[in-house]
Amino acid sequence: MSIIVYTESWEEKFRKSTFEAVSYASEVAKMLSTNVIAISFGEESSEELAKLGNYGAEKVLACNQIEKGDSEATSNFLAENSIDANIIVFATTNTSKMIASRLSAKIKAGIVSNVIELPSEVSPVTLKRKSFSSKAIEQVKVNSDKAIICLASNSYGVIENHKNCSIEKKTINSSENIRFKGQEIANGKLSLAEAEIIVSAGRGLKGPENWKMIEDLAETLGAATACSKPVSDIGWRSHDEHVGQTGKAVAPNLYFAIGISGAIQHLAGVNSSKVMVVINTDPEAPFFKSADYGIVGDAFEIVPKLIEEIKKIR
Amino acid sequence: MNILVCISSVPDTTTKINFSDNGSKFDSSGVQFVINPYDEFGLTKAIMLKEKHGGKVTTITVGELNIEPVIRKALAIGADEAVRVNMSPKDSYSTAVEISNYISENTFDLIICGKESSDYNGGVVGGIIAELTNRPFVNACNGLSITQNTANLYREIDGGKENLEIDLPIIIGGQKGLVEESELRIPNMRGIMQARTKPLLVIEPKMNDILTESISFEKPSERGDCKIISNENVSELVSLLQNEAKVI
Ligand SMILES: Cc1cc2nc3c(=O)[nH]c(=O)nc-3n(C[C@H](O)[C@H](O)[C@H](O)COP(=O)(O)OP(=O)(O)OC[C@H]3O[C@@H](n4cnc5c(N)ncnc54)[C@H](O)[C@@H]3O)c2cc1C
Repeated sequence: MSIIVYTESWEEKFRKSTFEAVSYASEVAKMLSTNVIAISFGEESSEELAKLGNYGAEKVLACNQIEKGDSEATSNFLAENSIDANIIVFATTNTSKMIASRLSAKIKAGIVSNVIELPSEVSPVTLKRKSFSSKAIEQVKVNSDKAIICLASNSYGVIENHKNCSIEKKTINSSENIRFKGQEIANGKLSLAEAEIIVSAGRGLKGPENWKMIEDLAETLGAATACSKPVSDIGWRSHDEHVGQTGKAVAPNLYFAIGISGAIQHLAGVNSSKVMVVINTDPEAPFFKSADYGIVGDAFEIVPKLIEEIKKIR
Repeated sequence: MNILVCISSVPDTTTKINFSDNGSKFDSSGVQFVINPYDEFGLTKAIMLKEKHGGKVTTITVGELNIEPVIRKALAIGADEAVRVNMSPKDSYSTAVEISNYISENTFDLIICGKESSDYNGGVVGGIIAELTNRPFVNACNGLSITQNTANLYREIDGGKENLEIDLPIIIGGQKGLVEESELRIPNMRGIMQARTKPLLVIEPKMNDILTESISFEKPSERGDCKIISNENVSELVSLLQNEAKVI
């Protein structure tokens, strides 16, 4: 009856969303008076694996390294090892959803993604999730005996809960269908999904040559950079920075919108941010209706001042 | 090459979302429906692959009669024929089962879903189809080329991209990058005329299980008023973020 958690690492370190998923699973385990078993496929060091115990895992099944994109092999292993489990927890990353969706068909478990809260009931599992591009919160009931929960990033938090955690090594074979050709790493970029602060800029910046101050502000804050859709469409910034309804949905603690008008499609992807700050020359820009703090002014004057002021306190 | 594009009909992105029946149902009155934006990239990609390699592009949509304008639009953009499974979609699983049934009775080399649909944002239909039809699956696919019988694909991962090679048939969950925004096809007059007579096959669902059920909806809590800080006083913003909001 244990709760199973799928874990994901990046460059041999577990992602923050994994620690969040383990924290969440251990609270669900408490509700069901059971324990948490984490499963890893990344051949992390034993020191790294032991960290899962800090957030409530009592056991880790640590497989040999297998490509993350091999959803057939990973979902098979998860199915074999969750026969007695009724709840399986994932993060809501691209990789997690790829594996979780296959697994759900394999074991016929109802799957709920973008989950933002603990279940209000565990039998049947009843949960709240983000829906309609964060324009709504939907309550969902799972009808099957087994449930797969994909937790939205930055929705529950990483919560320490130390447990003695045993590590059991496992072997698994890759599926033969997929040939991995390699990875391209977006160099030195902080991940938008995991960033606590995001500095985002729009067409108000006038051209790609003006992004230096945005990058400087982000660096001063330890933040990730993002942009509005037209900015990535015209090639001022790369596509992986595009946030909004048709780009990435993000939920940092603090979101800066600089020279972004606040179109409904943009807001849909960023509205889950805890605090939003807008800097815009136009006092009528719709973003002022959705933000917590705002400055009406020229980004080219305000941003350098902002960097200076933040440096004073850091 | 036979390509199947799964198309979801979703509210236009500018829609203000409302609910009826005490918050238990999405209120579709007055809402304009469009092709799911992620599926538009897949549809254009399918048409471009057909132009290069020959073959046929079929679309499939699970939905009732009222979604046919969205299907006709896909035909006007350039799909050859369309299939509609005559049921109102209830959850990801039952939707995927219906699509899988159709796939099992036909031959497709490539099946393109969107990475997610922009209404319920489940993002799991493609993976469920892949499992039910026993094919390799690549999610969040932002690059695809095909030589002979092999697909070369890119998959977006948090922090970078993964490059993979898989023999057809495969299923992908697509997004921008499959084609660029500027390459997206839009219907022209000729396409719209032709779409009227292209085949649109309606098939009845085989009843299947519903694994998850929507019970109710609510709007996210509203933010308080925006505090406006004078542009002469940037230090005040920093102090509010530090001491009031406690986020830096
Ligand atoms: C189907 C569909 C999907 C879409 N999906 C998305 C999406 O996912 N994400 C997204 O972002 N958009 C999306 N859009 C586009 C969206 O509707 C807006 O067009 C877009 O968000 C506007 O980008 P922007 O705010 O950067 O530019 P603009 O709307 O041009 O706004 C620029 C802003 O900068 C301000 N400004 C100008 N100069 C300065 C200055 N010196 N200092 C400070 N401020 C200045 C202006 O007052 C203005 O408010 C979508 C649209 C459609 C139709």
